[in-house]
Amino acid sequence: MSGAAILSLRGLRVWYGTEGDPVRAVDGVNLELHSGQTLGLVGESGCGKSTLGRSVVGLLPEAAAIAGEVSYEGRDLAGLSPKEMRALRGPDLGLIFQEPMTRLDPLVTIEHHFRETIRTHEPGIDRKEVRRRSLEALAGMGIPPTRFEQYPHEFSGGMRQRIMIALALVLNPKVLVADEPTTALDVIVEAQILGILADLRRNFDTALLLITHNLGIVAEACDRVAVMYAGKIVEEGDARDVFAKPAHPYTRELLRSTISLETTGLHYIPGAPPNLIDPPPACRFHPRCPSAMKVCADIHPVEVAPSPGRRVSCWLHGPEGQIPPGGTAPLERGEIALAEEA
Amino acid sequence: MESVVRSPESVEAEARPLLQVRGLKTTFSLRGSFLDRLRGHDAGVVRALDGVDFELRKGEVLGVVGESGSGKTTLGRTLLGLAPASAGSIELDGEEIAGLSESKMRPLRRRLQIVFQDPHASLNPAMTIGALVADPLRFHGLVNEAQALRSRAAAALERVGLAPAEQFLDKYPSDLSGGQKQRAVLARAIILDPDVLVADEPVSMLDMSVRAKILELMLALKDDLELTYLYITHDLATAKFFCDRIAIMYLGKIVEIGPAAEIYADPKHPYTEALLRAIPEPDPRRSVPRDLPRGEVPDAVMPPLGCSFHPRCLKAFEVCGWESRDLRTLLESRWTQMSEPEFEAERALIGDLDALDTPATECVLPAASGQTGDEVKGILDSLRAQEPDDPFWTGVETVQSEPRGIRVTFRKNLAPRDLEQGNARVRCHLYDDEALALAKSSPASR
Repeated sequence: MSGAAILSLRGLRVWYGTEGDPVRAVDGVNLELHSGQTLGLVGESGCGKSTLGRSVVGLLPEAAAIAGEVSYEGRDLAGLSPKEMRALRGPDLGLIFQEPMTRLDPLVTIEHHFRETIRTHEPGIDRKEVRRRSLEALAGMGIPPTRFEQYPHEFSGGMRQRIMIALALVLNPKVLVADEPTTALDVIVEAQILGILADLRRNFDTALLLITHNLGIVAEACDRVAVMYAGKIVEEGDARDVFAKPAHPYTRELLRSTISLETTGLHYIPGAPPNLIDPPPACRFHPRCPSAMKVCADIHPVEVAPSPGRRVSCWLHGPEGQIPPGGTAPLERGEIALAEEA
Repeated sequence: MESVVRSPESVEAEARPLLQVRGLKTTFSLRGSFLDRLRGHDAGVVRALDGVDFELRKGEVLGVVGESGSGKTTLGRTLLGLAPASAGSIELDGEEIAGLSESKMRPLRRRLQIVFQDPHASLNPAMTIGALVADPLRFHGLVNEAQALRSRAAAALERVGLAPAEQFLDKYPSDLSGGQKQRAVLARAIILDPDVLVADEPVSMLDMSVRAKILELMLALKDDLELTYLYITHDLATAKFFCDRIAIMYLGKIVEIGPAAEIYADPKHPYTEALLRAIPEPDPRRSVPRDLPRGEVPDAVMPPLGCSFHPRCLKAFEVCGWESRDLRTLLESRWTQMSEPEFEAERALIGDLDALDTPATECVLPAASGQTGDEVKGILDSLRAQEPDDPFWTGVETVQSEPRGIRVTFRKNLAPRDLEQGNARVRCHLYDDEALALAKSSPASR
């Protein structure tokens, strides 16, 4: 990808306070997003992917502590006041949530939602212009103009999600974070929305961060993919490359575990994703990894670039010079007790 | 960790089905507003199940697949008497169980058990795993002594892979992972040694990396305990792996049912075909086709006329049930593709669109005040010129211009019937010679 990234995360860490030790939801993440690009952030529940998405738009809960850098067009968002952040959210940084049912105000019309959204950022705009721009955004999502004055309850789930996307797009944000935008939808409606997101990539300059647990959706809608496990990005690269030749054993095993129409044998990863209060030492995947070596349990993996545009954090890819003698021997361990199993 | 899961014996069926369901209907009344009730108005009914027929043979896995609102969950609940059947019959081993009172139904639940989607919500957070799993034994008065309950719970836990059971008996649900909770739910479901297990989306809430493990466990339990499964899901991919037969549901009806291999290799109903094509495969080289059904599952209070899938069906034709609401959908879809001024100009020519919302095979689309039917007809003509191949036009018999608007009459429609196709049964006019013949007949000969 040429040119400067519109959004870049450097050494991002996010912790949540609990009664005991903190939950390290995002633990040292570097990530770049470019204009016109769709990056899929994929991982299982509890891996920190939603937290990462929320930290980008400055919507972390109050109990969260953040460190590292979130840089948007060269500006560090961490240093902004809540007021400055609010001004950016919408015209610069858009967000689409998972549940369209709960994100629209049931007491006001769709027209009102658009008017409020646009006027918050462009106070002087007249009603006619609001209508023109809103109808254009809605039409792009396949919502008929005849329904502009209706209330949220008059729309189906899929239509509400389209309205949410239209509400995010009407301000023409440069970065759009979509957190599981189709998870609550039926498969045909999901395919319709994925088609819309694919068009978005083609027709606009928006950079899209698509957060999902579904590898099928990444394959469908994304140029690049970053795989997240236990708070860390373990692999990133061009989506076609990563799916064709996964470098990290977690990516490989997750692809094999995904049940699709092509599946011929059931496959799963032993054990369960770790809790992030007390994650395993060194490589966090080593207790579940079929390829684990001695070094994996002792030393944090170092990020390497196995090919241009790819990166992976796994000792299988070196650097060999940093692996202590005997470190490549298979990791000996007792059978993972079923008590640890999911 | 690879394994072959389907054993040939499991597909073998016995002569009499374990469960025979005929014409099953479940309706829910809408309550409407407070004023409606005061006035005695009926807010309508939802036909969640609208005439469902199928049989479940001993030892098989029948997948019930559909989108939200298809009635699949209501079907599972109705079988167990958790939702009231309003018509039809459910025979368990030849004995009628539909409409039984709760006191008569309760002992039968020893034979019919259900597992729900959300394991977190299925387990009382204030009870220990041991007490939860043994609870059905206590509830049915089979075992009352504490030590016996505990040892039965331990055996069930070990059976579902939560071993050694001592580690789990005294834990609380919040101490367990999602997969472990679903195992505990399964342990509770099998502790009464049931014949039929209704599993409603049992793996949908679980992580991808552990779903296969729970499915594998369910298959092992089925073989060991001679269980029969009704597997309810929205996910055709897991169903392909798990099921011997598949029933596809749409708006309260089974639209296609047959052996899984046949359904996947050669889907007959256009809806089944669409569902299969819409699944995103984890392969970036292939993408989901764009010519998928438009819109979403419609409101079950006023389902479409004729075949309820016809408004979304790409293969619908003359007799599938075209009606006034389809005209509104078509107009609105045209306006979605127009610029705002074009839309405003055209919209100003047409009167109240709500006139089309009452389902009818003959309707008047009113002109706006000061306009005549000719203007409205002009819009319809340009719409037809723009999308001449839209299946909607096959269903339009006449369009007449009137002073106050246009009168549109639609072709006579037929309700689809169940038709045998190979080993499958499909409810679609594409396979009905009578419907095809009626569609071909010219208006004059009708």
